[in-house]
Amino acid sequence: MLLLPASASVAETTIKLAVASNFAAPVKAIVASYPHTTDNIRVSLGSSGKFYAQIRQGAPFDIFLSADTDKPEKLVAEGFAIESSRFTYGIGKLVLWSGNPRLLQTTPPDWQQLQFDKIAIANPRTAPYGLAAQHYLQQQYPEILTSRQRVTGENIAQAFAYVRSGNAQLGFVALSQVLTLAEQNKGSWWIIPETYYAPILQDAVLLTEAQHNAAALQFYQYLQSAEVAAMIRAFGYDTPEGN
Amino acid sequence: MLSEADITTLWLTLKLASVVTVLLLLIGTPVAWWLARTHSPAKGIIGAIVALPLILPPTVLGFYLLLFMGPNGAFGQFTTALGLGTLPFTFWGLVVASLFYSLPFVVQPIQNAFAAIDERHFEVAATLGATPVDRFLSIALPMARPGFISAAILGFAHTVGEFGVILMIGGNIPGETKVVSVQIYDHVEALDYASAHNLSQLMLIFSFTVLLFLYSFQKKWRLTGMNYGN
Repeated sequence: MLLLPASASVAETTIKLAVASNFAAPVKAIVASYPHTTDNIRVSLGSSGKFYAQIRQGAPFDIFLSADTDKPEKLVAEGFAIESSRFTYGIGKLVLWSGNPRLLQTTPPDWQQLQFDKIAIANPRTAPYGLAAQHYLQQQYPEILTSRQRVTGENIAQAFAYVRSGNAQLGFVALSQVLTLAEQNKGSWWIIPETYYAPILQDAVLLTEAQHNAAALQFYQYLQSAEVAAMIRAFGYDTPEGN
Repeated sequence: MLSEADITTLWLTLKLASVVTVLLLLIGTPVAWWLARTHSPAKGIIGAIVALPLILPPTVLGFYLLLFMGPNGAFGQFTTALGLGTLPFTFWGLVVASLFYSLPFVVQPIQNAFAAIDERHFEVAATLGATPVDRFLSIALPMARPGFISAAILGFAHTVGEFGVILMIGGNIPGETKVVSVQIYDHVEALDYASAHNLSQLMLIFSFTVLLFLYSFQKKWRLTGMNYGN
């Protein structure tokens, strides 16, 4: 746990969060539930890669919630973030999702039988969920990886949009995204067993800039509370001590 | 320097920009002619629609095209009925999107060139027995040639620089929809800054050269531009 430094300024009450887009819904709920309502919390949503580049160029963020472990680690190594603050706030769950309520069952899909024109995944090179989907497909249906039937979204939000708009009949997305939909739009999905891919760990880190921002330090402690972990699980993620 | 994947994106970008420029010159010329000559009250509306992509965020265009060209969209159902399937994630889908995206860059220079032609040329030709088609082919087109040169250059260059729309409807398929701008974005996202630099420098040089060419020869060839920089 972090200790509040004695020199922490009390006047500073703005907390600036840089948050990976896949965590948009949970972070909104977490901010709304934060008891210190006098603090002004500003949330910026975007891709982890862009935030990484911006933080290195001096972007004024206090806390970075990345979609992976790689970028927080790099920021620590480069002196932009505090090593002792790094922790895993969520573990993503990959699902195969279809807008069609009858397409997928609770049993593993039979890839030779499934009827579809396009299947969407996030870019494996840049998005952790895309990499996880690639790992699964390499084991279960490698032909699709080189097929024109596979379309790639720049991130998990775009893969989701391709399925949601009906342009792709199937897609590998985050469980948390499907859970945000209204009941009649949820279609059908199958949770990919975690044996098929390396865990999608999402790490948070406190930026060096924020080490004297008392409000940011306090919010960072709240992020690590059991209460927040329970909220994060309700949004379709695992947490390290969860289950 | 450039990887094979980078070169594929360059070729695809050039192919897209070339196809779009040719189609836009064919589609844009009658539109520009009508806009330059009409006194119809619809001129305002059509002019505004043509100019819309100048200020509309590309994400709006991309988002609506994704819905409109998808299986639940009107245009998607039309292309499916024709047996063409749906257009997102295909090269021709990018062509259709780029036609919208670059339309004003082609229509406006041609329109300005047509509008600059003195009406008396047409009147004299008419008294000598030239039909409207004759007058268009042998007076309007040659006299507006500088406008066509500007239109082709701007339409081509603007399509090369397209990003947001393609990101929304392309699906990132190498050789089919993955253009240079998307490849650069990928390199940056993957923290491969060296590859991003290589392609970015190329784009910077290309864009500057095109504009330098356009502005240097503007006076000499009496090129008409968009409604700026004359």
